[in-house]
Amino acid sequence: MSDSTRAFLDVRDLTVSFPTEGGLVHAVEGVSFSIERGETLAIVGESGSGKSVSAQAIMGLINRKAGHISGEVWLNGQNIVAMSDDDVRKLRGSEMAMIFQDPMSSLHPFYKIGAQLSEAVRVHQKVSKADAKAQAIDMLGRVGIPDPKSRADTYPHQLSGGMRQRVMIAMALINSPSLLIADEPTTALDVTVQAQILELIASLQSEFDTAVVLITHDLGIVADVADDVAVMYGGRLVERANVDDIFYRAQMPYTLGLLSSVPRLDQVTSDRLDPIPGNPPSPINLPPGCVFQPRCSYSHLVGGTTCEMQRPELLQINADHFVRCHLDEAERVRISTEVTHVFHGGQA
Amino acid sequence: MSAYVVRRVLSMLLLLLLLSLVVFILFSILPTDPARLTCGKACTPEIIEANRHRLGLDLPVMQQYWEFLKGLFVGRTYAANSPDPINCSAPCLGYSFRRREEVLILIKDGLPTTIWLALGAFVFWMVAGISLGVYAAIRRGTWRDKTVMSVSLVGYSLPSFFIGLLAIFFIIIKWNLLPYPSWVPPQENPIGFLQTMILPWIILAILYAAFYMRLTRNQMLEVLGEDYIRTARAKGLPERTVIGKHALRAGLTPIVTAAGLDLAGLLGGAIIIESLFSLPGIGSLAISSVNDSDLPVIVGITLVTATFIIVANLIVDLLYAAIDPRVRLG
Ligand SMILES: Nc1ncnc2c1ncn2[C@@H]1O[C@H](COP(=O)(O)OP(=O)(O)OP(=O)(O)O)[C@@H](O)[C@H]1O
Ligand code: SF4
Ligand SMILES: [Mg+2]
Repeated sequence: MSDSTRAFLDVRDLTVSFPTEGGLVHAVEGVSFSIERGETLAIVGESGSGKSVSAQAIMGLINRKAGHISGEVWLNGQNIVAMSDDDVRKLRGSEMAMIFQDPMSSLHPFYKIGAQLSEAVRVHQKVSKADAKAQAIDMLGRVGIPDPKSRADTYPHQLSGGMRQRVMIAMALINSPSLLIADEPTTALDVTVQAQILELIASLQSEFDTAVVLITHDLGIVADVADDVAVMYGGRLVERANVDDIFYRAQMPYTLGLLSSVPRLDQVTSDRLDPIPGNPPSPINLPPGCVFQPRCSYSHLVGGTTCEMQRPELLQINADHFVRCHLDEAERVRISTEVTHVFHGGQA
Repeated sequence: MSAYVVRRVLSMLLLLLLLSLVVFILFSILPTDPARLTCGKACTPEIIEANRHRLGLDLPVMQQYWEFLKGLFVGRTYAANSPDPINCSAPCLGYSFRRREEVLILIKDGLPTTIWLALGAFVFWMVAGISLGVYAAIRRGTWRDKTVMSVSLVGYSLPSFFIGLLAIFFIIIKWNLLPYPSWVPPQENPIGFLQTMILPWIILAILYAAFYMRLTRNQMLEVLGEDYIRTARAKGLPERTVIGKHALRAGLTPIVTAAGLDLAGLLGGAIIIESLFSLPGIGSLAISSVNDSDLPVIVGITLVTATFIIVANLIVDLLYAAIDPRVRLG
C-alpha cells in the first residue's frame, strides 16, 4: 500500500466546501503540496484564504457532515480522506499533531495540564497512569517548562501564554508524531516569546525528524524557518516554491503584493501583512476567472477577458516552483524582478 | 477557601434576617386578621379583641417581629397570663391558632413528602434533560434534534395541572394502570409509595426536563465550538470522551446552578402537583393555609422556602468552585 515514491505528506487536489444557508462556501479548492520529514512548509495568505481549513482537513478535523472534502491527503502512504473517521482519529495525536493560534483557549480550563498530557499519552499507548504521568512530566521538561513536576499539577490559567503554548507543543509532540501542523502558533504571543516558541519547534523538529506545516501571516517567520512556501488566495494555492524562490523570484501578482507590503527584507517586522488594496473574494461567489483578478494590477497585461473568465491552472515553472497566473513567462519574470528588486532594497 | 465559606455563611445569615423582616412586615400589612381566626363561628368582637390582646397581636409590628425572632432562639409562650397558655418551644417559627399546632411541626410533617417528590422528580428530569440535550446538540440541525426540541417545547408549554389531570383521568381512572394516589412513606410500603409517586415525579420531571434539555443543548453547542474541544479532537480522543468528558464538564456550570435553585424551589412545595395527587407536602399545607388565611403558617413556609433557596445558592457557589479551578484558585 505504501508508495515509496510518494512524499511523506502529499496533498493532492484538496477541496473543502461547506454548505451553508447563504450558499456553498468554497473554502479550499484544488490545493496540492508535499513535504518530507524534517522539512518545514510555510503556508501564507490573507485571512479567509483557507489555510486553517486545509490544515484541519489534513488532520481529519473537519466534520464530514458539515463539510465536503475531496482530493487526497497521503500521510506516510495512507490516504486520510479515504479512511474511516475512527482510523483517522487513531492517527491524530500519534502520527500527526496540531497546535493552534490561541494557547489561552486551546487548553481545557478545568483539567490540570499534567492530566491533559497524560490523557494524550493514554489514548495512543497502553501504559499505566503513572507511566503516562512520568512521560508528561518528562515532555514538559523538554519543552522548557521549569520545575515540570509541580507544573504538571497546575491549571492552564495559572500559566502565561508562552508557557501554555509550550504545554500545547508538549501535548502535540508527546507521542512523537511525524507531522506537526502549527496554525499561527505565535500570533497571540509577545515578540520575544514568539522567537522562543519557534526555536523550540525547530529544535524538537530536528530531534524527532518531524515534518512541520507552519501557517503564518508573518513573512519574517517564513524567511527564518521555512524550506518551502505555499501561498494561498481565495481557497487556492496561487504560488508554491522553495523559500528563496518565493522571496527572490516570486512571479504571481498576489505573492508580489504580499512581498511589497513588507517594507524591506532587513526590516521584516512581525506585524500582520499589510493588505493589498481591495477585499478578498467571497468564498460563496468566487469570480469565474482568476480569483485574484478583481484586485490584480497586472491583469491588463494579459489582455482581453482571460483573467475575468478563465481559471488559471497551476503552472510548473521549474522542479519545485508553481505559479497560478495567465501572464506569460516573460511578463512574470519582468514584474518579479521589478518588485523583488525594490523589496530587497535595490531602490530606496 | 474556608475564609470564603465563612464569609458566605455570614452574609447568608444576614440575608435571612433581612428577608424575615421583609416577610413579616409584608404579611402584617395584609388585611387578614389573625385574631379573627382564634375563635370559631360564635364569635363576638369582644372575644376577638380579648384574644388579640392575649396573643400580643395588638403590639406594634416591630415588637411582634422582635417576639418572633426571640421565639426562634428561645421559644415563646402565647397567652402566658391566661388559664391555658400555648407553649411553642425553640426554634419557634410561629403558632397556627387555626390548626392548634406549632408551625414548625406542621412544616416538619409535610417536608418528607415534599422532599421525596422533589428528589424523585429531580433525578428524572436531570437524567432525561441532560441526555436529550446532549443528544440534540450532537445531532444539531437534523430532524432528530428538531423532534427532541419540539417535544420539549410542548412539555415546556403545557401547564402541569393539565398534564396531571390527563394522567389521572387516563392512567388511573380509565385504564386502571395505577391505584388512586394515597401517600405512604417508603419505609412503610415501598410499592404503594412508588405507585403514588411515579406519576407526580414524571409530570414534574416533564416540566423541568424540557427546560434542562434546552439549557444543556445550548451549553453544549457553545462549548463544542471552543478551542479546547478542537484540541481534544486533535489529540485523537474518541468522540464519546470529547463530548462526555471535555464538553460536558465545561458546560456543566450553568446547569448545576439552575438545578440547585430549582431543587431548592421545589423543596418549598409543588402546590399544583401535591394538590392534584393529594400529597400531604409543603405545597398542600401552603395552599390550605392560604385558603384559611392561616398567616403564621404562610409566614413560616415562606421563610423556610426562602432559606432553602439561599442555602442552595451557597451550595451552588461552592460547587462552582469545585467544578472550575479558576473560581477556586482565583
Ligand atoms: N465550518 C465552516 N462553515 C462554513 N464556512 C467555513 C467553515 N470553516 C471555515 N469556513 C470559511 O472558509 C474560509 C476559509 O477559512 P480559514 O479559516 O481556512 O481561513 P484562514 O486562511 O485560516 O484565515 P485566518 O488567517 O483568518 O485564520 C473562510 O471564508 C471561512 O469563513
Ligand atoms: S491571472 Fe490575471 S488576474 Fe490573476 S493574477 Fe495573473 S494577471 Fe492577475
Ligand atoms: Mg486560520
